[in-house]
Amino acid sequence: MGDLWEVFVRPKRGLAHVHVGSIHATDAAMALRNARDVYTRRQEGVSLWVVPSAEITASSPDEQDSFFDPAADKAYRHPTFYEVPDGLHI
Amino acid sequence: MGYPRVVSTFDDLIAANERVEPRDEMPDAYRATLVRQIAQHAHSEIIGMQPEGNWLTRAPSLRRKAILLAKVQDEAGHGLYLYAAAETLGVSRDELLDALHAGKQKYSSIFNYPTLTWADIGAIGWLVDGAAIVNQVPLCRCSYGPYARAMVRVCKEESFHQRQGFELLHTLSHGTEAQHAMAQDAVDRWWWPSLMMFGPPDDASTHTGQSMAWGIKRFSNDTLRQRFVDMTVPQAEALGLTLPDPELRWNEERSSWDFGEIDFTELFEVVKGNGPCNAQRLAHRVRAHEEGAWVREAASAYAEKRAAREVA
Amino acid sequence: MVSTSEPVGIAGAAVTDVAHYAIALGDDALIASQRLTEWITLAPQLEEDVALGNIALDLLGQARLLFQYAGSLLDPPVGEDDLAYFRDERAFRNVSLVERPNGDFAVTMARLLVFSAYQLELYSRLVQSTDSTLAAIAAKAVKEVAYHRDHARQWVLRLGDGTAESHARMQTALDAEWPWTAELFEAGWLAPELVAGGLAVDPAALAQPALAWVRAVVAEATLAEPEVRPAVSFGRVGRHTEEMGRLLAELQHLARSHPGATW
Repeated sequence: MGDLWEVFVRPKRGLAHVHVGSIHATDAAMALRNARDVYTRRQEGVSLWVVPSAEITASSPDEQDSFFDPAADKAYRHPTFYEVPDGLHI
Repeated sequence: MGYPRVVSTFDDLIAANERVEPRDEMPDAYRATLVRQIAQHAHSEIIGMQPEGNWLTRAPSLRRKAILLAKVQDEAGHGLYLYAAAETLGVSRDELLDALHAGKQKYSSIFNYPTLTWADIGAIGWLVDGAAIVNQVPLCRCSYGPYARAMVRVCKEESFHQRQGFELLHTLSHGTEAQHAMAQDAVDRWWWPSLMMFGPPDDASTHTGQSMAWGIKRFSNDTLRQRFVDMTVPQAEALGLTLPDPELRWNEERSSWDFGEIDFTELFEVVKGNGPCNAQRLAHRVRAHEEGAWVREAASAYAEKRAAREVA
Repeated sequence: MVSTSEPVGIAGAAVTDVAHYAIALGDDALIASQRLTEWITLAPQLEEDVALGNIALDLLGQARLLFQYAGSLLDPPVGEDDLAYFRDERAFRNVSLVERPNGDFAVTMARLLVFSAYQLELYSRLVQSTDSTLAAIAAKAVKEVAYHRDHARQWVLRLGDGTAESHARMQTALDAEWPWTAELFEAGWLAPELVAGGLAVDPAALAQPALAWVRAVVAEATLAEPEVRPAVSFGRVGRHTEEMGRLLAELQHLARSHPGATW
């Protein structure tokens, strides 16, 4: 049945490819076709990516705190952190 | 203003009604429950192709043939979405299919009933898919992310299935006398099995408590069954068809429909393998798998040769 | 040679040459679709159930458009289902290739390879038809059959250049189906004025490009081009193989059991 491939679909022009699920295929050409048949039967996409699941390097949940928590106290990165006089659009 | 801190332990995630994702730590029993449930769900989609596939070549109009083909094809697609979700838990589709073929994992018993007439296609769409939707909509909020996401896709597509079933039966019910009789006969045969799709009554259900605590299941069997009955009774009236339950009556106090007692002995017999089509459904699936082995082997061999050539 | 205006079996309806042409193309698509549909739940892998379902749906859609158009040209007009369900076997005009029983997956792919190659050449020319309806149907269909052809190619390559068993099965399938491909390119059944007037495509002109493409795939798949004589077949004039009757019995029986009913 082949290896596992992750499938990403661009729903329409102007949007990024989004992960939709996975598919089995023995090679890239079949993976692309299987992804087309399984994940875009209702015009869900205008472009497809398939990536061998084994090729994805993912961050580990164990590192979640050190990876992502340090961003939590940097509210000054967000525009809503700043006060502007009422009625002004900045 | 708050930037919520990322919660990380399994219990925290469940308590916060957050989604659990594949690489998160999770109790073995949670993982096993999910594998069992998602696999059973996927197998149901795949086996469920057969009773409807039974009428694909005989559909009585080209429009109906196209609709049914699209629907059966969706079921294969749903099976694939679900196998993909199960695979994020560390089992392979091959293992799951082997378990199905060996009779070690189950699929919904409803598919062990035969489709005897064309009206059965309508009854399956209206009642069986209708019951499935009631069961499945809460799963879109299930605690396990990949399962919940797969269910969002499935539910979106299932609503077409139920509507086409209703429309099919409506046409038959308002057609010739023979067509109307065909529709009524199908509803007579599928009504009780579809009520059994919600599983045993709450006081006899073995998995409900823990699954609810884990956010895999959101409502009890009996709650969902009642929801289905309340939804379906007015639809039957609109169809001009009778549901085969003399005890069906509106209960003002509960604002719900009372219905007769379900004969679960039949359900348990079918679950045990003694339904009309258990052996046939499994044999058909095993045949497809075995007869396709040489094709799958060819695809693998071709890929290996190509990869070797690219290296050379 | 039969008269091109031979009735196609709808009682009392006169059949124009254009309707006859559309019916023949529609019959090819309908019967090919019916055979592919038989695969559903039995495909070698679930992805292929979905893929074959897509192809069968595309072909069914083509048949419906062609029948709707042909039916509108008849006097009195008939609907798509009249043409699909209420014609007898002798009135069907599809080539014998598409009605042959499925056999194994290699047989289905061999047939799809040649049939889709033929259809792609046909539709890519029919988009220029002087008949705007046929041109529009072709414009929609050409994208579909391009995908079918690619799908067949992918599998023929894998089966031909896969294992020893798959190679042998693919070669056997090709050898068995090849004689039945010649009928796709026969032109004798078609009113010559339709071709001369730019309404229809000359099937004979499709043989070279379609078969050149097929041969290239066969070679790439490490298979041998069959050295076989064309089968004597008369599907285009309504003389079918014995399998056709059973196929139609299955397709038509329910509709015919309830004459006048709507579904």
